[in-house]
Amino acid sequence: MRAAGIDIGSRTVKLVAVEAGGAIVHERVEEATFDPLKVCARLVAEISVDAIVATGYGRHLFQRLAPGAEPITEIKAAAIGARAVMPGCRALVDVGGQDTKVVALEPDGRVLKFAMNDRCAAGTGRFLEVMAAALAFTPAEFVSAALAAKRAERSSSMCAVFAESEVVSLVARGALRDEIALGIHLAIASRTAGLAGTVPLEGDVLFVGGGALNACLARELGRALKLPLVVPRSPQTVAAYGAALHAIGSLTWAAERTGRKAK
Amino acid sequence: MSEDYRMMWKDLGLDLETHDALLAALGAGYAQTFMTQKDRPEGMKYFDFVMSEVHGLRVKELMDAKAAGRKVVGSFCVYVPEEIVLALDGVHVGLCAGAEFGYAEAEKYLPRNTCGLIKSFFGFSLTRVCPYMSASDLVVGENTCDGKKKAYEIFKDLPLVNALYVMDLPQMKGERGRALLVDEYTKFARKMEELAGKKLTVENLKKGIARVNAKRSAMHRLAKLRAADPAPISGLDALLANQVFFYDDPERFTGSVNAICDELEKRVKAGKGVAKKGAPRILVSGCPMAVPNWKIPSIVESCGAVIVGEESCVGERGTRDLAPDSGTTVEALIAGLADRYLKRHCAVFTPNPERLEDVKAMADAYKADGVIHYGIQFCNPYQIEGGAVERALEKAKIPTLRIDTDYSMEDAGQIRTRVEAFLERIKG
Repeated sequence: MRAAGIDIGSRTVKLVAVEAGGAIVHERVEEATFDPLKVCARLVAEISVDAIVATGYGRHLFQRLAPGAEPITEIKAAAIGARAVMPGCRALVDVGGQDTKVVALEPDGRVLKFAMNDRCAAGTGRFLEVMAAALAFTPAEFVSAALAAKRAERSSSMCAVFAESEVVSLVARGALRDEIALGIHLAIASRTAGLAGTVPLEGDVLFVGGGALNACLARELGRALKLPLVVPRSPQTVAAYGAALHAIGSLTWAAERTGRKAK
Repeated sequence: MSEDYRMMWKDLGLDLETHDALLAALGAGYAQTFMTQKDRPEGMKYFDFVMSEVHGLRVKELMDAKAAGRKVVGSFCVYVPEEIVLALDGVHVGLCAGAEFGYAEAEKYLPRNTCGLIKSFFGFSLTRVCPYMSASDLVVGENTCDGKKKAYEIFKDLPLVNALYVMDLPQMKGERGRALLVDEYTKFARKMEELAGKKLTVENLKKGIARVNAKRSAMHRLAKLRAADPAPISGLDALLANQVFFYDDPERFTGSVNAICDELEKRVKAGKGVAKKGAPRILVSGCPMAVPNWKIPSIVESCGAVIVGEESCVGERGTRDLAPDSGTTVEALIAGLADRYLKRHCAVFTPNPERLEDVKAMADAYKADGVIHYGIQFCNPYQIEGGAVERALEKAKIPTLRIDTDYSMEDAGQIRTRVEAFLERIKG
């Protein structure tokens, strides 16, 4: 018995397949492109599973490819995945391409309370990409430059459009590129911590989503939250993993029920 | 649309081309939002008709009333006492403010980060597509939030209305607040007497009170029926009734809502409803939703939940409590009105703990599983109060989701994710 979870995000598509018991047997991350369904079809064709659960921004769109595939939100999926990669986890922050989510969990793992950024892309992965480009950095250079900076050039604006013009005026004032890069990371960490304050979070915080691959953001977010921050082995696929676990859980439950009926 | 209406709109000074575009969008939005619902009460056909004629037949009725010497009064706020308008044989209507329309024009006068309701009211007026605004002999503004106060100052100098009258409102509910409201209603009564060329009497004011109370009683009946599980009517349809409350002929409206209630009583007895028994039940609380703002209920109900109440000015906050009619003088009746209106518990008041108590009581009475707090982006009073309301409700073990948004649909996908996750949380 095998099941998969597919997380169709705004920037990437993640697929994780598990076997009964929850062990990961397959894991993929692909660019979402402008035709995410095509990417999904390619990823799904690589595996053979008994059930698939879709999550992320394209969870409803996925119905076109696999009618009957249960959709769950990325909040629920990330919560399930978080408990598997960090048993007893009560708090998680997910910085994705277009959304930032903060989730507090009940002792039994159910979602207790969550908050998401409003409509704009401020503080999300996409915002980081735009800012890196504004400074003529590749994403990797952007992070290493920020990590190496000795001080931060404070950035106050959180709107992608205004922040870009703020960067331009900082550059015009002769500010150092590395220090601007660190300033942008600090601003996002502080904004995310503010969102976390509305939930609020307690205990060790699991940091997931593509944003958690950014070592500078992880360092600064931990400081801003004033809580221990844990980045799992593969932070980007935690929601897809959670969706896969939800799928295998439903299969196992159905099989047990059928078994009981047969007796 | 008949040619007669086009002549009427032209006479009202509307921009016909823009107005056509608005009606086409409104009609399409209505069909997509309302006509796709399943198991609607038969009685909702009346409201379908009202909406199809919202700029047609109803405006014609206003023009006929004007021709007969009656005065049309337009307003944006539930603190404007309709009883006084009706007592003097006037017609009271709500004005257009629920869609992202004419924003480019509005932004010539208002900052971009002004709340959607104010921007929309400017947009509709400046692009000349609100026949209610044009038909109004008097537009009544009110000092509620800072945004509206300042907007009316600018609006006053634009050649868009026949006359604008701005009413002051208290910001605190004590004795001084009450005295101020009594004084303002007395002044408004004088203004209306002057406009109508008639005198307020105990008799006509009592009649005005009775007519508005009858509308409210019908809405109270509808609200109570929504406590049933399964809910007998969708939140969208109930919201529509609350919206039409502001536009329609009072007696026809009261009769139509009571007819729906008769039908819903049978449904409840038969255990029938619009959603499955046990479907998640949501109470919406916060900013008013003016026609055609159906965004949040439409998303919430398409996710499988049912809305069972609106703690809103376009909803129970606006319609709860009947106005007292026991006064034996005009002054006593006006004071009674002030007592009733002082209990609307809008977020412009400070402090405002009564609103939180209303939300809790409604969540309990309508057996809501959770509350969605709705704030129009850049509405300071509700957005700020919303945080405190959310914390207090969560503390009282009532799951709460706060959504701050505007009239555009660009964040519909993100809101859907949040609503679905909220429903997952409620279901456990």
